[in-house]
Amino acid sequence: MRHFVLGLSWPVSSLSKNFYDFFGFDRKLRVDPDALQKRFYELSRQWHPDRFSRKSVSEQEQALEATAILNDGYRTLRDPVKRAEYLLAEEGFPIAEQRSKDVPPELLEEVFDLNMALEELKSGDDDAKPQLESARGNFDAMRAGIDKDLQQLFGKYDAAESRSEEARQALQEIRGALNRRRYIENLIRDVDRALDPALAEPLEDRL
Amino acid sequence: MGTFQIDFGESRKSKIVGIDLGTTNSLVAEMGLTGPRIVEDPEGRKISPSVVSLAEDGHLVAGEPARELLLTHPERTAYSVKRLMGRGVADIQEELKLFPFRVAEDSESVIKLKLGGRTFTPPEISAVILRQLKDNAEAALGVPVNEAVITVPAYFNDAQRQATKDAGRLASLEVLRLVNEPTAAALAYGLDKRNNGIIAVYDFGGGTFDISILRLHDGIFEVLATNGDTHLGGDDIDNLLLNIALEDVQSEWGEDLSGDSEGVQRLRRAVIRAKEELSFTPQAEIQLEYKGRRYHRAMDRALFERLIAPIVERTLEPCRACLADANIAPGQIEEVVLVGGSTRIPLVRAAVERLFKAKPHTELNPDEVVALGAAVQAGILAGDVEDKLLLDVTPLSLGIEIMGGVISKLIHRNSTIPASATETFTTAVDGQKNVLIHVLQGERELVKDCRSLARFDLKDIQPLPAGLARIEVRFLIDANGILNVTARDARTGKEQSVEVKPSYGLTEDQVEAMIRESFDKAEEDMRERQVREAQVEADNILAATEKAQRHQTWLALNNDERAAIDSAKRDLQNVYHSNDHHAINRNIEALNRATQNLAEQMMNTAVGSALKGTKID
Repeated sequence: MRHFVLGLSWPVSSLSKNFYDFFGFDRKLRVDPDALQKRFYELSRQWHPDRFSRKSVSEQEQALEATAILNDGYRTLRDPVKRAEYLLAEEGFPIAEQRSKDVPPELLEEVFDLNMALEELKSGDDDAKPQLESARGNFDAMRAGIDKDLQQLFGKYDAAESRSEEARQALQEIRGALNRRRYIENLIRDVDRALDPALAEPLEDRL
Repeated sequence: MGTFQIDFGESRKSKIVGIDLGTTNSLVAEMGLTGPRIVEDPEGRKISPSVVSLAEDGHLVAGEPARELLLTHPERTAYSVKRLMGRGVADIQEELKLFPFRVAEDSESVIKLKLGGRTFTPPEISAVILRQLKDNAEAALGVPVNEAVITVPAYFNDAQRQATKDAGRLASLEVLRLVNEPTAAALAYGLDKRNNGIIAVYDFGGGTFDISILRLHDGIFEVLATNGDTHLGGDDIDNLLLNIALEDVQSEWGEDLSGDSEGVQRLRRAVIRAKEELSFTPQAEIQLEYKGRRYHRAMDRALFERLIAPIVERTLEPCRACLADANIAPGQIEEVVLVGGSTRIPLVRAAVERLFKAKPHTELNPDEVVALGAAVQAGILAGDVEDKLLLDVTPLSLGIEIMGGVISKLIHRNSTIPASATETFTTAVDGQKNVLIHVLQGERELVKDCRSLARFDLKDIQPLPAGLARIEVRFLIDANGILNVTARDARTGKEQSVEVKPSYGLTEDQVEAMIRESFDKAEEDMRERQVREAQVEADNILAATEKAQRHQTWLALNNDERAAIDSAKRDLQNVYHSNDHHAINRNIEALNRATQNLAEQMMNTAVGSALKGTKID
């Protein structure tokens, strides 16, 4: 189907694909959301394809390319977790997906109890509900705790000299915190689905 | 056009129009000097019913004439075709119970409708509507119209958007942009002028429902989230009332009217009239006189509201989901804009007010506001409107099938578009030369619950041991919300060929064939059109000549010259109705040459008096 390949070729433009560079921001983990939004609007005015519909095809392709980087970048940089994951990957500390499957040692007991309760609820035993609800509260608190830790670690990274031993140390700690956070997020999702079967399937697809 | 170009040259520039291609009605609008305005058809109508009929003489007609034929020749007439755009036969089984679509037996991934003895795909039928709007715009504006902005429901998926683009192409319109209807409405209201804040657009039309939440910021319209239901609209209310009326008729007349398409159409019109009245009066009547019999039923607003409450309630669920996605509490919504004919219903307005705790905007005609917004967007693309910019989102997540029939999401719903994602694929078997990628759209986790968009075949991969190949595939959703895919070999950087098998919709070859076919048929139309254009030009030069003959310069010409002009004028008048555009154009040229000196003299006089003018000042 032509529209899927409409003459676009693999982008080889000279545009910087690094989100920080594209926005003209330092590679820091703490980002002022207002400054980010302001810059996003400025760059949108500059690059949006609507501004190029009377220009040459190559200029149109470059605008499309630039706007895709801009939008992908804004989505990444405005979310603290995505931003940290992005910077980790850029600095050579990719988040290993499989790691999140290992239970963080401090959660072993909690997860064991939780799985029991989830099984009970699944087999129709509503007595497990209060236990799940309290577990939900615990996990929420844990996530909030990690978010607080992350803020502190962000500050530590930003203060350290780029690529110094201290910075690497901070990134490693951030990676650990992000993995724990992801694990807890998955637990929260499981509990929510168990408590409210309507959530088991996201809003029905109306196609 | 010789020196008379000074008079007419500028006005012949082409124009980008905005088109609202609706389920029930369609409109075309242009960006004028004072703002957007709806373009009327030659009879002065602003709204054109989205109905297409195959007339007795084999011509396809659209709009009001087709709506008349819907009553007398329902078997040759199609309406609400928007519901079928970009869908397969399996998708529309529910609709078929309610709509008298006559689907051809060989329909599969693309539906074909029977009109009389011929079959047409939904994009072809929509193209007839678009072509008529294009013709109306050209007649009203006096300039060629080859480019358009067309609106689509925000919740349209890729195949539905592509089908709309195909329809434009079949109507000889280059679709410069597909704009989401609620976003277009927000543009039309120009709320950015007095407002930096969060607004909601509730768009309840004939066949679709959309809700969008936007942040306005100094002329930027940033969509935060959108949601909707592409099969929920005023049609559903009509069908509900129609079924009640059909049951009534059956018990009163002892006759099932549902198999009688003319009877059903007349009854449908009757219930629609009653529905519309009930927005303004506390009581209305459904009346049908048909084949010598009479059906009459009074309905008061209370009953009407009880009946439609479940339908109105169905619009609120997407609203709540949209608020959640936008991370906005209802109280943060500063203004609500209502779009679509169904928002005239008081119960709908009350529900919106209750949910968003804001008094809805209704100043603009809800039937016109989307087309007006499309015209503003046309002005943005033309470079005439510089202070506004739309940042829209993709309504549905995009993903690929991975092991076990599960979807891995690459681009999430409500991502600002253009948006992209890159994924690396490898081979599973030694020497494998092809990799098949299945792309889907939707929020569910299993392949079977999502909408299949296409299968991409990465071909001619260099044969290598399993797992060594590295093919990077880039998915890009453009500003129209349409997916583009490119691939390359990550090791060599060489572009990788991709073959695409669309799950729904027309292939490139099919569209090309349709365009060729329509060109053959259009040749005749083309000739008529060239004659019409030549006549317009003849009108212009004849009028200019006559004006010049009243000018003082005319008297300064010698007799021979005046006679030559008079004779060239007569010659042009003689061929004016000849239906031969070559002859008309030849005589226009001749009159042009004959009047060249006159025109130059007049210019000199004009310049002379202008110079004199400056001296006096």
